[in-house]
Parts: sequence; structure tokens; C-alpha cells
Amino acid sequence: MIETYNISKSYGEVKALDQISLQVGKGELFGLIGPDGAGKTTLFRILVSLLLPDKGTAKMGGFDVVKDFRKVRDLIGYMPGRFSLYSDLSVEENLKFFATVFGTTIEENYDLIRDIYSQIEPFKKRLAGRLSGGMKQKLALSCALIHKPEILVLDEPTTGVDAVSRKEFWEMLKNLQTKRITIIVSTPYMDEAGLCDRVALIQKGKFMALDTPLGIVNSFKYRLLAINASNRYRLLQDLREWNNTDSAFGFGQDFHVTFKNDRFEKEELFRYLSEKGHTDIRIEEIDPGIEDVFMKLMGTPDKPQKADL
Amino acid sequence: MSTKVIEVQNLVKRFGNFVANDHLNFDVYEGEIFGFLGANGAGKTTAIRILCGLSSPTSGHAMVAGFNVKNQPERVKKNIGYMSQKFSLYEDLTISENIRFYSGIYGISRADRIERERQLLRNLELEAERDKLISSLPLGWKQKLAFSIAIFHKPRIVFLDEPTGGVDPVTRRKFWELIYEAVHNGITVFVTTHYMDEAEYCDRVSIMTEGKIAALDTPAGLKQQFDTDTMDGVFLKIARPDK
Amino acid sequence: MKRFIGFIKKEFYHIFRDVRTILILFGIPIAQLLVFGYAIRSEIRDAKIAILDRSHDEVTRQITNKILSSGYFLLSENLQSENQIEPALKRGVVKEVIVFENNFGKNFRKEGVAHMQLIADASDPNIAKLVTNYTRAIVNDYVKKEFPGMKMPYEIEVQPRMFFNEVLKSVYMFVPGIMALILMLISAMMTSISITREKELGTMEILLVSPLRPIQIIVGKVTPYLALSVINASVIISLGHFVFGVPIKGSVLFLMTETMLFILMALSLGILISTTSQNQMEAMFKSFMMLMLPTILLSGLIFPIENMPTVLQWLTNLMPARWYIVIVRDIMLKGADIFYVWKETLILIVMTFVFIGLSVKKFKNRLE
Repeated sequence: MIETYNISKSYGEVKALDQISLQVGKGELFGLIGPDGAGKTTLFRILVSLLLPDKGTAKMGGFDVVKDFRKVRDLIGYMPGRFSLYSDLSVEENLKFFATVFGTTIEENYDLIRDIYSQIEPFKKRLAGRLSGGMKQKLALSCALIHKPEILVLDEPTTGVDAVSRKEFWEMLKNLQTKRITIIVSTPYMDEAGLCDRVALIQKGKFMALDTPLGIVNSFKYRLLAINASNRYRLLQDLREWNNTDSAFGFGQDFHVTFKNDRFEKEELFRYLSEKGHTDIRIEEIDPGIEDVFMKLMGTPDKPQKADL
Repeated sequence: MSTKVIEVQNLVKRFGNFVANDHLNFDVYEGEIFGFLGANGAGKTTAIRILCGLSSPTSGHAMVAGFNVKNQPERVKKNIGYMSQKFSLYEDLTISENIRFYSGIYGISRADRIERERQLLRNLELEAERDKLISSLPLGWKQKLAFSIAIFHKPRIVFLDEPTGGVDPVTRRKFWELIYEAVHNGITVFVTTHYMDEAEYCDRVSIMTEGKIAALDTPAGLKQQFDTDTMDGVFLKIARPDK
Repeated sequence: MKRFIGFIKKEFYHIFRDVRTILILFGIPIAQLLVFGYAIRSEIRDAKIAILDRSHDEVTRQITNKILSSGYFLLSENLQSENQIEPALKRGVVKEVIVFENNFGKNFRKEGVAHMQLIADASDPNIAKLVTNYTRAIVNDYVKKEFPGMKMPYEIEVQPRMFFNEVLKSVYMFVPGIMALILMLISAMMTSISITREKELGTMEILLVSPLRPIQIIVGKVTPYLALSVINASVIISLGHFVFGVPIKGSVLFLMTETMLFILMALSLGILISTTSQNQMEAMFKSFMMLMLPTILLSGLIFPIENMPTVLQWLTNLMPARWYIVIVRDIMLKGADIFYVWKETLILIVMTFVFIGLSVKKFKNRLE
């Protein structure tokens, strides 16, 4: 349903997208994962025909986003990065407005949005500006769905929303997927990657990886240890000082550590830390998560590089 | 534990009929990282505004850095640092100009400023970028810089309102390392976040729902209390008890 | 069509839910007109005058009565000799002294020539000018009515403009000016702000990817303001006519048609501004700098165009409001029809088409 070939886009000197190619099949839930400024929004705007690529082509549902942009626009439901609602209109008025704009009515497509809209329907007379973040998000999704689009393009729908609402939102997406709607969604939250069928990790306009979440995790060929001790601040410094340490970063209560040479005994590290005076040391072999992979692929940009300035 | 830097007793804030903060009670001790969590609209922002002396409580008592937020908001403001994702630095000023501006606000002497500025730049390895505009820096660096400037006047406590939103995972962790360093240097940190793994980095975590503090403990304590092994689970159980 | 109605309904929700918008739309025009209107009127109400009548005949009595009953003048004292004139003015109470020559009525009837002198306190030149103008106008009116077909030469030349603007010159001049200003404000500024607001909110992205065409979005945005502007124009004209007594000598229908033309022009300007602005602040700033200030300063609303330096005079030709003001004044005060103001109308039409053309070209299907 979504195909792009070597899409590039620059703003002046800055390369926002660099040779992006991807294919998303019908009914797939595809995640675009990367930090702010990685190029997610630019890619989405090209997909929904709001921006023209400098190079490359993109098709949505078989239609070219440049030449057949009107047909593309009929096919898609789009939720831009900021929740794009009219805060001075009520919940119901917002939905009604977007329904009429797309030449339909709430009743006609109520089936599709029932699960989502019914959660906010009790507040339908409330102004959208007075809704909580999670409710706004549900309303925005209802509005994007009201014309029964075949492809949903959701740009960072969960940014700034609390963990619970995020979880509910992903459940809604999973639900929509069963209705054969193709969904492409972007997020800066790495932990959401596991909920997609396939994900692309994007950084500085380039895909660093594109695979199923499992495939991405499996591509991580390094040894990974989770380490914990009583004094976190000193532990991190001592870990970084160890001559075999490649990287050490906090993950929840532990530190995840990778190594220059994976062939060594855990006891070796344990001894080193004990000598440094750490207590309650716990070292565990673990499987990597998406975030570990992302960080490994990113490398460690210690200084703003010339290209950034 | 050591001295209390924040003491909150029966803090209430009403907007008309709406109770944004409903009898909050908690203390924050010197040198700890205090995580202040809650769903959107739970009343976090209201509470932070009160603690920063920007808004007056309807009733109740709150002391920050030894001063009463109701009667001495100016003294409170002098002794705290504040940084949020939305407001950080002036984009059209250089790093050095931003530092000079904030030094001016907090009345830092010229000699102190020059010394601290050199330290700050060395620490962040930004010496070469001293005279570059903030707008030319990548987001992660802006945030680190914003944090460093928020604690430039050596406040006793710094409030961080979702400081790491939208940042890549490496930068996010580097940011937390800065926080640890600040704590190491004796600054107390009061932080809000939507990243549950960041909640684990805190010494103690409070979770707000509907204007009340629903839970307050160490991350380990909370996980035990709610019988789950992630902070995510804790949060879920508190924010949506019906599920 | 249903889409279109839905769109317009939404626009009206926006307008009626925002107190500030309502205030700008309806409060400001009325307040502005009343303030300007009354401020100017009170300037010349009950101005104190002194009269030195050497003739004391029927004609001078009639003229005196007419002047004093006009409502603009109050008789402060009757002077007996010329020596009293200067002290009277010096005291600062009397704004104007009217002197009738000996045998005024006799001279007038016999020779058709009589002399009267107007001596005004020119320490405030504006008031002096106004006061003398009023007096001349009243005398003129008297002659015209009592002695049709006769001509009375004065020591002061009668300017032809006086003929159309017998009394209350400023309010007459102000009503068309304020109409231009207010219509500009509402039409251009409000539309440009309401369009850029959607850009700022991000809703424009959704509207763009919807099946709505750019022209539909534009028309949908503009229609409510067109309607409101027409209502506003009617309110201003009625206020001017019924409260301040500004005459409408020409056809009201024609006046409204020209007004619609001007509103359209202003709306297309507003759209043009919005296509070049990214946020509401920018739109507001541009509207103000590009529309409001020039309209106030260069359209002849406050400063007479004839008195401007040549370069500025040339610049005034670019101000749509300048042409509209001429049209309205001609219709209201002179009763002009299309043959009289076709040139100005044509200029407005051309401007409208240029702005519409530019904005449709600039209003993109996309974000860049």
C-alpha cells in the first residue's frame, strides 16, 4: 500500500531525508522510530502529498503522491504531529466538521470509530480544548478515521501522552489493523517498536535498520550485560573506565554494558567492580531490546558533529 | 535522611469548582532525585507552578529551599532552577550570551560567571561552540545546555518538567548522567517524565492521579507494593485501577 | 455543497465563541465611529462668536438668526465699534467676530454686492478654519434660499467643495474614511488571521489532504467574513446617516455594491497576506503594517492628500482605501452614479483581480 523509492529531501544545507526506500503491505502496522529531527515528519508529509520530494518517488495505494495527489488524499487518514483539532469546537462538532469535509456523516462510518469514539462520547459537548491529552488523541484518531481511509498516517500520536493513554492507543491501532487498514505510525518511544509488525529505525534522515522487531533485535550480535550495584553514579563512572567497556548506559535500574571484546568471564568484571569498592553487585546476561539496538547503531555522538552545526 | 528541601503539607489548589491539587503531602530531601509522575491532567503542572512560586496555593503550606512559597516567592525563585522541554534558551543568542543573560538575572558576579562558564563549556565539551547561536545546535545539546544553565546559579533544587521529550535514546541517557552529576554536586532534582524507565532512575517516585498523590516510594518499593516488576505496571495499576 | 455549508458553520462557531473576535467585529466599528463622530462634532458645537453689525437691517438680522440658530454658534456679545474686536478675541472666549458693513442689506439688494468680514481666532488654526467655513456655508445657504439666482461676492473666495459639504464637514469626511478602515480591518486582518490560525494549529494540514480544493477552503474561510462585513458596512452607514445626519444623496444600492467590491478587495488582500505568513502574529503584523497604517495615513482619511509631498501623493494611488473613500464621498455627498466614479471603481476591480490572482497562485496545494 505504501511504496517509496530513494526519496531524498533537503532544506537548504540540511538533508532531512536521504534515499529512503520502503514498502508497506496491506493491513500492516508499520512503525517509524526515531528521535525528533530524524526526518519522520518530513517523510510523512511527503507520503500524504503535502511536500514534494527532491528525488525519488512514492506511491500510496498505487497512486503517485506527486501526480495523483488528489487520489492519494482520498485514500488516506492523516493525523499530523500536533493534535490538529479545533479547540474552540466541541468534541461532536469537530467530528461532524471533519465528516462533512470528507463528504460523509458520523452515522455512516460509525462502525469504524465506535470502539474509540464511544470512550469520549460522554464528553461530546465538551470543547476539545478542555480534553485531557489522552482524550484529545482519541478524538483526533476518530477524526482521521471518519472517512474510512485505507491508509492511516499517524505522526507521533503518542508524544507527550502518559504511559497509560499510550498503551490504550496502541490497543486501538491493533484493533484497526484487524479491519484491514494499513497503518504507518511514527514515535520517539523505543518501547513502542515491539507493538509494530515491522519497524524502521531512522536517524538523521537515514534508515539504520528496517525489519520486524524480532529481526532487529536478532541483528544485535554483541554480548550485553545488565549490571547493578548500590552506588549508581560511581558504578557508571567505573564501568566506563573499565578497559574492555565499549558503552554503558542506564536502563531502568540497571546499566546495559557492551564490550570491545566479548570473550571474557563475568567474574573478571565482578572482581574489577569489587576492587573499586562496589557492593550488591549484580551482573546478568540479557537479550537486547530495540533501544539497545538503536543506540548501538547510532554510535555515540559525543560532540555535535560538523554536519549538525 | 538529610534535611528537607521541599515540604508540602495539605496543599490545595482550586480553579473555580475544579480541584487541581487535593491535599498534597510530601517531602523532598536534600540530594535526592524526586520523580513526579502522573497522567496528563493529573495536576502535576499546577503543583510545580506552586512550588516554583509562580502560583499561590488556595490553602495548605509549602516550603521550598527553606522559604514559604506563599509569602516569599521571590526568595524561592532565587534558590531554584527550572527547565522544561518547551522553554529553554534564547535561540537567537549565542551560548555565551545566554549564559551572560542568566547570570545577570541571578546576580552572579563577573568573576564567578567567567569561571563557571569556562567550567560549563569544558564539561559539555562545547568550548569551540561558545559563540555559536543556540539555534544552530542539535536538540540534545540544547537540552544539556539548558540544564547546565538552569543550575548555573547553583540553586539548591532544580525543577525539570519533561526535560527529555523527543530526544534520541543516547542523548536522553547522557542527559540523565548530567542529572546524576548535579546530584553528586549537592543539587536536589525534582523531575517529571513520561518515560517509565526514567522513573527507575529516581530515588523516590510519586504518582499523581486526579489531583492526589496516589503512591510515593522508591521504585523498588512501588514495584513491590503493586506486585509488578516494572514501573510501567505500577503506573498502569494506579492510573487505571479498574483494569 | 454540504461540505461548504459545514465549513462555513464551523467558521461561525469560531467567530461566535471568541469574545475578542466578536469585539473586533462589532464593538470596534461602532465605538470608533461614535468616538470620532462625537469628538469632531463637539469641536465646533456652541462656538462663541461676537457680531459687529453696522447696518442693523433685515438682511443682517436674518443672517445673524440663521447663524445663531444653526446650533454651532453662541452669541457671546454684540460689539459696537471696531476697537472692540481685538480685545474680544484676545480674551480667548470668542472664536470668531462677524462684521457686517454699513448698509449691508441696501447694498446687497441694489448692487448685489455686500461685504461681511470674518475675523477668527487663529491661535488654533484648525478651529479657526472650521468656524469660518461653517459661517460661510451658512451664509451661502441663506443666499441660495432667499435670493435664488443671485450672487453674493465675499472678500473670501468660496471653495466649490464647500458647496457639497455645507456643515459638519469633518464627520461627513470621516464616515467614508472609517468605513474604509473598518472594512479593511475586519476583512483583511480577520481572514488572514483565521487562515494562519489553522496553519498554526496544524489543522490546515488535514484540510489540505482532505478532498477540499484550495479554492473551496478559501471561499469557505472568506464567506462568513464577507457576510459580517456587509452587516458592518450597513451598520456604519446607518449610524452615519441617522446619528450624524450624513446624507446619502446617491443610490443606497449602488453604495452597497461599491462597498461589496471594496470588501472583496480587502478579503483577497487578507488571503494574500495569509499565504505569505506562517503564524497569526506574522499575519497580524503584516496586516497592520501593510494595511492599517497606510490606510490611516495615506488614504486621505486624516491627512489631506493635496498637502502631502509628491512622492507620498504618488504612493497614495496604491492605497485601495483612497479610491473607495472617493467613491463613498461622491455617492453619499454628491449623489454620484457609476458614470461619475467609473474610474475609481475600475481601479478597485483591477486591484481585486490582481490580489485574487496572486493569492490563488500562492495558496498551495502543499505545504511548500
